Amino acid sequence: MDGQGTSTVAAGSAPTAKSYVDIVAVDKGFGGVRALSGVNLSIARGSVHALVGENGAGKSTLSRVIAGLIMPDAGEVRIDGTPAILHSPRDALARGIASIAQELELVPSLTVAENVFLGSEPRRGGFIRRRALRAQFNTLVAEAGFDLKADAVVSTLRTADRQKVEILRALSRRASLIIMDEPTAALSGSDVQRLHEVVRTLARTGRTVLFVSHFLKEVLSLADTVTILRDGHLVRTGPSAVETESSLIEGMLGRTLGSVFPAKPDAPNGSPPVLEVSGLRAPGVNGVDLTVHAGEIVGLAGLVGAGRSEIAHAILGAARATAGTVAVRGERLYGRSPTVALRRGVALVPESRKEQGLFLDRSVTQNATLASLRSFSVGSWIRRGPERKAASDALASVTVRAARNSVPVSALSGGNQQKVLFARALLCRPCMLIADEPTRGVDVGSRRAIYDLLVEQATRGVGVLVISSDIEEVLGLAHRVVVIRGGRVAAELSGSEMTNQAVLTAAFAEQAGPTRAEPEKASS
Amino acid sequence: MTTNTKTPETHSELPPAGARTGISEALHIRSWRSAAIVVPFVVLFVVLSVASGPFLTTSNLLNIADQQSAVLIIAVASTLVLIAGGIDLSVGATYALSAVVSAQVAVSHGVALGIVTGMALGIVAGLINGIVTTFFRVNSLIATLATALIFSGIAAKLSNGNLIVLTNQPAYAKIAQTQFLGVRMSIWLALAVIIVLGLLLSRTTNGRYIYAAGGNAQAARLAGVRINFVVILAFTINGAAAALGGIIDTSRVLSAQSSSGGNTLTFLVLTGIVVGGTSILGGAGAIWRTVVGVLFIALVGNGFDLLGLDPLYEQITLGIILLVAVGTDAWSRLRQS
Ligand SMILES: Nc1ncnc2c1ncn2[C@@H]1O[C@H](COP(=O)(O)OP(=O)(O)OP(=O)(O)O)[C@@H](O)[C@H]1O
Ligand SMILES: [Mg+2]
Repeated sequence: MDGQGTSTVAAGSAPTAKSYVDIVAVDKGFGGVRALSGVNLSIARGSVHALVGENGAGKSTLSRVIAGLIMPDAGEVRIDGTPAILHSPRDALARGIASIAQELELVPSLTVAENVFLGSEPRRGGFIRRRALRAQFNTLVAEAGFDLKADAVVSTLRTADRQKVEILRALSRRASLIIMDEPTAALSGSDVQRLHEVVRTLARTGRTVLFVSHFLKEVLSLADTVTILRDGHLVRTGPSAVETESSLIEGMLGRTLGSVFPAKPDAPNGSPPVLEVSGLRAPGVNGVDLTVHAGEIVGLAGLVGAGRSEIAHAILGAARATAGTVAVRGERLYGRSPTVALRRGVALVPESRKEQGLFLDRSVTQNATLASLRSFSVGSWIRRGPERKAASDALASVTVRAARNSVPVSALSGGNQQKVLFARALLCRPCMLIADEPTRGVDVGSRRAIYDLLVEQATRGVGVLVISSDIEEVLGLAHRVVVIRGGRVAAELSGSEMTNQAVLTAAFAEQAGPTRAEPEKASS
Repeated sequence: MTTNTKTPETHSELPPAGARTGISEALHIRSWRSAAIVVPFVVLFVVLSVASGPFLTTSNLLNIADQQSAVLIIAVASTLVLIAGGIDLSVGATYALSAVVSAQVAVSHGVALGIVTGMALGIVAGLINGIVTTFFRVNSLIATLATALIFSGIAAKLSNGNLIVLTNQPAYAKIAQTQFLGVRMSIWLALAVIIVLGLLLSRTTNGRYIYAAGGNAQAARLAGVRINFVVILAFTINGAAAALGGIIDTSRVLSAQSSSGGNTLTFLVLTGIVVGGTSILGGAGAIWRTVVGVLFIALVGNGFDLLGLDPLYEQITLGIILLVAVGTDAWSRLRQS
């Protein structure tokens, strides 16, 4: 109904805006996989344009084509109506297109201003003209409408501010189209708001923003125009004003989705605790007591930097605990290391897949089975038949889409990589599953699949601890919510106390230690 | 019950098969990268066969294999260290130390004890390297640079720099020189080490852990891999391999000297590994690659001999080959990302 007439022409919010970048019949394949087929797209100048679609739909591929990171197999990119051949990000930047990498490329030991002008510093005879640098920076910041200190060292900044630095860097090179692939995936609460503000400011000052997101609310509130991709095909492009969450979901999945969250299983009554943490202290953890019962889903909420991942790592023994005890199924864990914890049935889905999870060169199968190799081995000898079988079952159960399980895991889309880590944890048959940001970068359909899996694990008697910055996710899944602030338990909520407001209030504190909880990287 | 594993699987450890093209671009690049060493090897082999009459004779080829047996053994074991994310610069020194001590003990206490002492020394040297790089967190490049100095210093001190001749212990020669099915024991030993370590790396849990430790140490730790154990294992195997190489070469020439091996051997080993295509960054590589890489370099040397070329150019050629190998690797990585 609403998709009919607008499938190829961008009906941007401003009808007079002439199109800035046009994608015409672009094809891109990776071996057997067709990542993009015959995609047409027009991006209007000054608009905020969102790309949505399932994991592996081709969103990143499309943005990489526009950013000059990959060349299309067929079709072309037109800028202001003239065909442009973009061999490299440099070519793209020369035409005003910059992309903000997901893994930010900044020099952590330099200041904000130095990073912004890195490589293009104003200089005289080999010396950097500090005052000119400062002046240029101030003009740039004022123009962009950001609030950033020139002298702050980048390593002390939180992710959202680092993204601003990247954006400033792009602007200093006169970028007018800024591409962001899942910019808010790694952010929480207030930082998400800050980034939204940044996007709005960019649009207000005449820049164009193309962004990819799995957060449909964000897409609807931020974008002027939305493009939906499915399996490498364009579904439709249209003004976001006429879309709703469910219309987007239907476009992305080709089907409707009931509720995002599965029905909560009944809270276990009187089941034994599987995980008992008491007085746990470790770097970033300041005395935590926590109990998870068999069949219970406990949510760990809080701000980024509140110490939630640190708690997970301390439980697992990956970070050295300085005090406190951890017991699994009533037996205390001694000689703490992840190896020991894993053997006792505590499995972790880590928060950052590139740094803490994946072996990018290795196959999908090998990534999935790494932690559970013993169950397919005789002695040290791996029986590859059972290994492959178990891996493909586990991968299918978390809905990983890969051409084959023997391709390197780096060939999967971001969301599918996340699901591989889930498969790894499940293959360990844990009695206690800790999932740190389990749905980061995962599309709505698969998100439901992961929620179903967590619930299923719980109904089987597994204790589940879900760490998430998405309060809705925590509230929608958990029987009980533990709010962490400054490495301590700030509140424990269950039943009717579990409200958005209560979690937020506890997370932000009654000013007991206002700055303790906030900074992601405290400059100590 | 037993599941049949005969279905062919695409595996990076296996040599490239022409049939496996077009599955995905990544695989395409991978097989192309695999071909990077295989193609020049085959080309060189064919060229030498045509250009030189004596090249393609059993005696010449067996001779190359015999000469290369020690290098092959050490290089194959060093591949484990590299994949595990480390580097071992002390193999040449361990080789010399084990050779010298083994020969001295053999002269005074008999061959059997000589061999056992030599091997034990290699294992201890490897353990030291492993422990220093893991528990003491010293970068392996620096740690093994230091131990290389120490080991070769000890070897020189123990032998006073003299050549130790084993003419009174002709039994020592049997280790490498015994013929079995027309092939020398040195070659059989090398083959055994290649197969055992090849299987260790590609088919056992510890092999997977070696890749994991070198590929992404933090992720490996969180997945329950005992990284320290795995790294120490790789270094220890490498120490043992260096000792075995030293003993084999001592047996081949029935003498040992503290100045043999050393940095020349270490660099030869690393060149072979890198030319084969194992990344010095860790986490990727394979045993078969190292075998092809080492043999490729051996063929170059053999070609210089047979064709009567000025050996001065051999080093230059090797240097260029190394640069090309590393350059191609870097280039293909760039293309991939
Ligand atoms: N380098 C590559 N080699 C092989 N296949 C690739 C490569 N990059 C992407 N693909 C494949 O192309 C398809 C599209 O991937 P893309 O990364 O564009 O998805 P996406 O829409 O960004 O997904 P996500 O939401 O998970 O980030 C996927 O099937 C993916 O497996
Ligand atoms: Mg993506």
